Amino acid sequence: MTNTATEALSVVVERDIPFPPEKIWRALTQPHLIEEWLMKNDFNPVVGYRFSLRGDWGAADCQVMALEPHKTLSYTWGAFGLESLITWTLTPTSTGTHLRMEHSGFRPDQQQAYQGAKYGWKKFFASLERVVGGLP
Amino acid sequence: MPHADDVLFRTLADPTRRALFERLCREGEKTVGALTARARVSQPAVSKHLGVLKQAGLVRDRHEGRQTHYSAQLGALAPLIDWTSRMAGFWQGRFDQLEDLLKRMDQ
Repeated sequence: MTNTATEALSVVVERDIPFPPEKIWRALTQPHLIEEWLMKNDFNPVVGYRFSLRGDWGAADCQVMALEPHKTLSYTWGAFGLESLITWTLTPTSTGTHLRMEHSGFRPDQQQAYQGAKYGWKKFFASLERVVGGLP
Repeated sequence: MPHADDVLFRTLADPTRRALFERLCREGEKTVGALTARARVSQPAVSKHLGVLKQAGLVRDRHEGRQTHYSAQLGALAPLIDWTSRMAGFWQGRFDQLEDLLKRMDQ
């Protein structure tokens, strides 16, 4: 086993999608569209902009870290004491777009990730189970 | 979720502590002195971090003469792998919904 803790706490999902990057970009960056597939939000595609993603389980405090229209988007995802990073990458293909999402649990540069007793992992997991278990 | 997981994640959320643990994973057993030589913190700080890692079950110590050797306990990482599979399930579901939305959207 060679996985480090950092590697263990990282999720990558990749898919070839039969639509152009411009269209997928709209779904990733327009609040009313984000709400349809992810969560309620007050997203604004501006680097440094702070927004929240709200689910039945609670809210994630997020901040836009990087953005290049139709190509890449990354934002932090702070929930229950852990600040993780989500990075979207769009690559045009002959049939549409290769869409890649990486969600890293521990960022190497993060300072105080865990904010004491304010939130707990237990709550995060319990909530996440509900999320995975069938929110719309 | 058992309490142990809570401790595990809190323990690894500290970047210095995580770096120490990852170094033990990569390089095998080390003494406090060897770990301090390449850490950016003092030996007492390294010892304190190792104590926290030990309490979380992430490292084991072995005394040999005046030296204490620390080694990583990879089995303790199981809940992290669990986190990963949960998040993977979450995002796979969201990708499905994203694709459904794209089909409904006008060009």
